[in-house]
Amino acid sequence: MAAVQETVERVRSVDVDQYKYGFTTDIESEKAPKGLNEDIIRFISAKKNEPEWMLEWRLDAYKRWLTMTEPTWARVNYPQVDFQDLYYYAAPKQKEGPKSIDDIDPEILKTYEKLGIPLRERDILLGIQSKDEEQAKAVEENIDAVGYTGTKVAVDAVFDSVSVATTFKEELGKAGVIFCSISEAMREHPDLVRQYLGSVVPVTDNFYATLNSAVFSDGSFVYIPKGVRCPMELSTYFRINEKNTGQFERTLIIADEGSYVSYLEGCTAPQRDENQLHAAVVELVAMKDAEIKYSTVQNWYPGDAEGKGGIYNFVTKRGDCRGENSKISWTQVETGSAVTWKYPSCILRGDNSRGEFYSIAISNGYQQVDSGTKMIHLGKNTTSRIISKGIAAGRSDNTYRGQVSAHKKAAGARNFTCCDSLLIGNKCGAHTVPYIESKNASAVFEHEATTSKISDDQLFYCMQRGLSEEEAVALIVNGFVRDVLQQLPMEFAVEAQKLISVSLEGSVG
Amino acid sequence: MSADLHPIRTAAEQALSSAIDATLAAAPASGPIADLRRAAAKTFTENGLPTRRVEEWHYTDLRALMREALPIAGAPDAAAVAEAGKGVVAFPEAVRIVFVNGTLVESLSDLASLPAGLTVTSLEAALASGDPLLERIGSLSPKSYDGALALNTAFLRAGLLIKVAAGATVEKPLHVAHVFTGAAAATYARNVIVVEDGAKATLIESFAGVEGVAYQANDAMEMVVGAGATLEHVRLQEEGAKALHLGTLMLDLGKEATFNSFTLTAGAATSRVSLYGKLTGEGAHLGIRGANLLKARQHGDMTLVIEHIEPGCDSRELIKSVLADEARGVFQGKIVVRPEAQKTDGRMMSQALLLGDNAEMDNKPELEIFADDVQCGHGATAGAMDENLMFYMMARGIAKAEAEALLIQAFVGEAVEFVTNEAVRETLIARMEAWLKARAA
Repeated sequence: MAAVQETVERVRSVDVDQYKYGFTTDIESEKAPKGLNEDIIRFISAKKNEPEWMLEWRLDAYKRWLTMTEPTWARVNYPQVDFQDLYYYAAPKQKEGPKSIDDIDPEILKTYEKLGIPLRERDILLGIQSKDEEQAKAVEENIDAVGYTGTKVAVDAVFDSVSVATTFKEELGKAGVIFCSISEAMREHPDLVRQYLGSVVPVTDNFYATLNSAVFSDGSFVYIPKGVRCPMELSTYFRINEKNTGQFERTLIIADEGSYVSYLEGCTAPQRDENQLHAAVVELVAMKDAEIKYSTVQNWYPGDAEGKGGIYNFVTKRGDCRGENSKISWTQVETGSAVTWKYPSCILRGDNSRGEFYSIAISNGYQQVDSGTKMIHLGKNTTSRIISKGIAAGRSDNTYRGQVSAHKKAAGARNFTCCDSLLIGNKCGAHTVPYIESKNASAVFEHEATTSKISDDQLFYCMQRGLSEEEAVALIVNGFVRDVLQQLPMEFAVEAQKLISVSLEGSVG
Repeated sequence: MSADLHPIRTAAEQALSSAIDATLAAAPASGPIADLRRAAAKTFTENGLPTRRVEEWHYTDLRALMREALPIAGAPDAAAVAEAGKGVVAFPEAVRIVFVNGTLVESLSDLASLPAGLTVTSLEAALASGDPLLERIGSLSPKSYDGALALNTAFLRAGLLIKVAAGATVEKPLHVAHVFTGAAAATYARNVIVVEDGAKATLIESFAGVEGVAYQANDAMEMVVGAGATLEHVRLQEEGAKALHLGTLMLDLGKEATFNSFTLTAGAATSRVSLYGKLTGEGAHLGIRGANLLKARQHGDMTLVIEHIEPGCDSRELIKSVLADEARGVFQGKIVVRPEAQKTDGRMMSQALLLGDNAEMDNKPELEIFADDVQCGHGATAGAMDENLMFYMMARGIAKAEAEALLIQAFVGEAVEFVTNEAVRETLIARMEAWLKARAA
């Protein structure tokens, strides 16, 4: 019992303020006036040089949004967001658009360097080149372990409301891959954007998605042509810097027939007392035989030890397996945000298509997480797999909310769901709310969920073999989340592992 | 969209509200029951029948399913009593009490020969004598609004108050049978059972009625199991195929008390059983098992809310659903573990066998946990008959229909085996076999 007591005390003493990405960058920025109305939307649209149809689309969404109410069904509590008290557009000030990396404000480059996000292509020999020796070493070790020989990651960096740089464009261009900011895509590839934007998450989908449709400022656009295996990992890094701003990014990824892409997303924000809003929409489209692997390491500022400040993360992510044999896989490591409301989903429309969801959600301090997935089986012989690992510590609440449904025509559908929760301390809560709806007799659904703490037996067993308590806890927690960590691309696995330790510092090594 | 919008009430809801007003006007104006009824009437008028927007009724939209408000069934005549008497399932050795169309029929009941330690009082007699057990009515109602229970309370007029005296062990099961006969009408029954400290008893509830008549049966029961006491509960629901059956069970389980329940649901076009269980004493044991045998277009909903309030309790739930044709099974189970309820051990499992191509199973097992030193888990499965098992049996010369029946029996058998009273278990198995036979025919 003593060991447990100690663990609990350690967690209690965790200083949430040690969020290491909590710095701000001093740069001049250009902001739209506070508040939301049709003029602001026109302003954003004009800033982006958008075509007329896009403005119409936004205004339609705005009109619809005015008639909607905020959803309240999630197990999260937060003071009402005043949508008129936010800046909907903030961009780092530049005289002209950057022609090359060298034109970007050095302050911004420094920010990304601090975050460990390499924007300078020539510096990149490995996926992650960090000044942090320990981390670099860990990467190398991992690389040695699998005989991994250098890889490149193309990065799209989004700073507040705009994309500041996209790397490796040329090399990607050779393969026919389009990877750019969505505002650029709207200008350069309007037909593609027009065809797919809003086709997975309709404008009227939900309160936050509709708001996003009206005011989204930037995000990434990816198109992988038929039969192309994207030559490198694609990545977007989101950073909120400005005060009182909302970030509304929009990501659209289209994998055409027989193509493959792996996409990584990371996010951080400075420490601020007030709450900031992040309402993103991500749409994935996988055509016949295509595969999209989408990984997220979400590390928005979670608020301080008293639960003050932090990001409200209201995100709509959905993938559409449109063609036969297509596959979409979501992997997420959620350690940040004061409030998380996020359900990456798969619509399994094509026959034999497959959806996967792997999630680690860690909450500490006063964080509230309500996250999960939806697997909608529409096609024949569609399969899905859900592995969700929730770890609740401090005074946090961690909820898994998921839906698995088989349509009448989804003959041979198959789902396996496993959601496990681990509780550290007795002030936190772990909840599981699955909806499992089978309308087809030949569909086979299996669901299991457990909630427990690190058992005294496990701790005793490890410590008896000479591990310190801290090492033992680290080992057990790592084992607990292992199934999910294995799904992350190499570049992120190391970062994620570190994040988990930081998030639970005190209880985990 | 906003809370102050007045929802439009359906014809059935309006008719129910006026029927409640009429019966309230005819009833005594004061007393504990009268106050309770009035309060329930008020919440019903405010909230109406539950719809799919009410989370607990997500899969059973009562407002859409209950299109008609039926008149309350009157007292049965001699012919109806004779007819109903034939419809009561016999449980060997059980002491029997029979309600026909919601009215207690003494001529069919064994009220005069109750075993020692067991007291059964009709609600009517209890009201006349001011029985202290009356206080239990409404004492275990859930915090959230439950439309079926509100109706039951608002129309409250008949029922039983059952007491098992402290330390008494009542060997003979008590069988409370509800039978419906005659033209379509609504019945409401409200029972209370208090098993005092250290006592032991078995309670069987059975529900049956005429085929082809769309009657409505609504029953509710408060169950209080004292320290160290044991209550074995069996519920056999074989209502007529067109009936609407709504049941609400509310349970308070004391220190080191044991409650085991088994529900067999085979009847009614639409049925819903809600069980609200609270484990309010340390070291209590709760076991809820059930089997749903549904065919044609039947809809069967079982919803459990189990709250672990005190430490060291365990709860086990196992629900088996067999869904033929276009039947729809619903299981919602919620285990809540309060911060003080350390060392809780909870296991919940719902398994469904879909026999019909158009059958549907909706599972929603929920965990809501606020204590850290717990072991809680749930599982849910849904699938068709295992073809390998079928092949194995047919390869050994067992006919297809028979092989299927055997596998169904084995599937459901895992839940029935928890019924400890052998005679009762055998009777239940016989009812299941009868269902299988009727389906094959």
